[in-house]
Amino acid sequence: MSVVVITKSTPDTAARVEVNAAGAVTWGDAQVVINPWDEYSVTEAVLLKEAHPVKTVALTVGPEIHAEALKQGLAIGIDEAVRVWDDGMEGQDSLGYSNAVTATINKLGDVDLIIFGKELVDVATDAHIFQVARKLGWPVLGAVSRIVTIDFAAKTITVERLIEEGKQTLSSTLPAVISVLKDINEPKYPSFIGIRKASKAIIPVWGSADLGIGDSGSASAALVKTTGYANLPVRQGSVEIIDGATDQEKADKLVAKLLEDKVL
Amino acid sequence: MSGVFVWIDQFHGKALPIAWEALGVGRKIADSHNVSLTALVFGQGTDAVVQAVFHYGADRVVKCDDATLADFRLEPYVALLDKVIVDEKPLVVIGGGSTRGRELLAAAAADTNAGLLADITELTIEGDMLQGIRPVYAGKILSTAIIKGNVQFVTIRSRAFPTPIADPSKSGEVISVAPVLSEDQIATKVIAFEETKGSVNLADARIIVSGGRGVGGPDGFAPVRELADVLGAAVGASRATVDAGWIPYAHQVGQTGKVVSPDLYIAAGISGAIQHQAGMRTSKVIVAINKDPDAPMFKLARYGIVGDLFKILPALTAAFKSKLGK
Repeated sequence: MSVVVITKSTPDTAARVEVNAAGAVTWGDAQVVINPWDEYSVTEAVLLKEAHPVKTVALTVGPEIHAEALKQGLAIGIDEAVRVWDDGMEGQDSLGYSNAVTATINKLGDVDLIIFGKELVDVATDAHIFQVARKLGWPVLGAVSRIVTIDFAAKTITVERLIEEGKQTLSSTLPAVISVLKDINEPKYPSFIGIRKASKAIIPVWGSADLGIGDSGSASAALVKTTGYANLPVRQGSVEIIDGATDQEKADKLVAKLLEDKVL
Repeated sequence: MSGVFVWIDQFHGKALPIAWEALGVGRKIADSHNVSLTALVFGQGTDAVVQAVFHYGADRVVKCDDATLADFRLEPYVALLDKVIVDEKPLVVIGGGSTRGRELLAAAAADTNAGLLADITELTIEGDMLQGIRPVYAGKILSTAIIKGNVQFVTIRSRAFPTPIADPSKSGEVISVAPVLSEDQIATKVIAFEETKGSVNLADARIIVSGGRGVGGPDGFAPVRELADVLGAAVGASRATVDAGWIPYAHQVGQTGKVVSPDLYIAAGISGAIQHQAGMRTSKVIVAINKDPDAPMFKLARYGIVGDLFKILPALTAAFKSKLGK
């Protein structure tokens, strides 16, 4: 029985991300950290391990830089880590990613639950989560704010999920895929001993050949291709500070301006 | 006949605004290819939605009205969508980037081995190729992608595309199809649902009034709510206030909360950390209210008031009440 968290490294959330003259995405000397949503998925896996007889595995698909997220997972208490990558995967689309993950899960074997953070902040998408579940043929419960019950022996799970209109309680069979929201737990942070242990860990790297997936995880099979990046258009003008003798005068002036601008 | 398909996101018989935005995008693609626009309406008790999709530009409707579809669950919805796609071979399938739409279209794209342009904010049609732009790296830069293949999936971000003007005189052909999965073939069961009462969906909101650390405590959201009520606005919040337990997480705007794009965003007592900006920087007009004149939010704002939000917000509420005749 095992629980797999699937993660990635992203530039530190406070990093200034820009596109340079050559068209490449840069973030200066800012550190990479675990994808912010994955602090919750990793923590949830460790909490499950503390309460149930399950092994936990952290998995990433990506070049060396993404080992950082795996090490953070190990430092927090995840048991093992695997990185999947070969040069042919650079430029893979979400289907290629899903094919690689599916083969990895099958190679690991005996997986009951896959946990993702709600989305990846770098590529700003969650499509891969639902695509992995479909490729595995497993049910998927997205936007989970609480695992109400999970029974690894009976192979059942009940969760609360937040949708636009409110909170839904859903049950499903295991194995299953879930994606978790920030509400689910208080993230655990690495301990000093954990960081030392993680820094010594040797993380295996599996490529397409190890997974037996041909080129189905490669860029050559991609149907979606990123053609370029651009900086945001510069916001025109600077702030106009509304002054007045009294707070009510300031408020009246602001409302008049908003009406004049036809914002309302 | 192959054409452009739009999946209509509806909840308990009421379509989400993003469904109309998606129909607008679909109409544009259908017209450029000179093909028909089909709306897909799945659910239970959706007659009103079926009528409305014609008003917003659909030529025909494929509908499935069944108890297994009353609440959205991915398995029965995607099994049905997959079958309609295999039977009708559309060129493009579009959906709103709501929680349900993002899940459903990603899943159907995987099942049919098709490409997906996810969560785009701009779309260009170049011959038979679609090109989409979307904000990435927490909205700090933009990414452009192209898609190829016989069926192409697109999800759009809320409020990034215009709502078509409704024409109530329009109607069209309705084709009813049967569900693909029966209840005993569906692993996911809905046990309970607790509706969030009286709140405006942040993603759809035209106006958002948000409170930050400056509100000082749970009671500090009262003047934020009062202003929001007068404006028919949604209430947002910074991460700090959610982490402190002053307001539920569903209100959080920012990197680990909602990404919003209203016409007007009023930030009260929010300093404007880069993680918060990631969730609201595409707002059309930003108003910052803060005691600290050096708060980063003033750099993003068009208008600013330096002052005490507990005095400014009630003054704004009074001013809007008199101007808007409420």
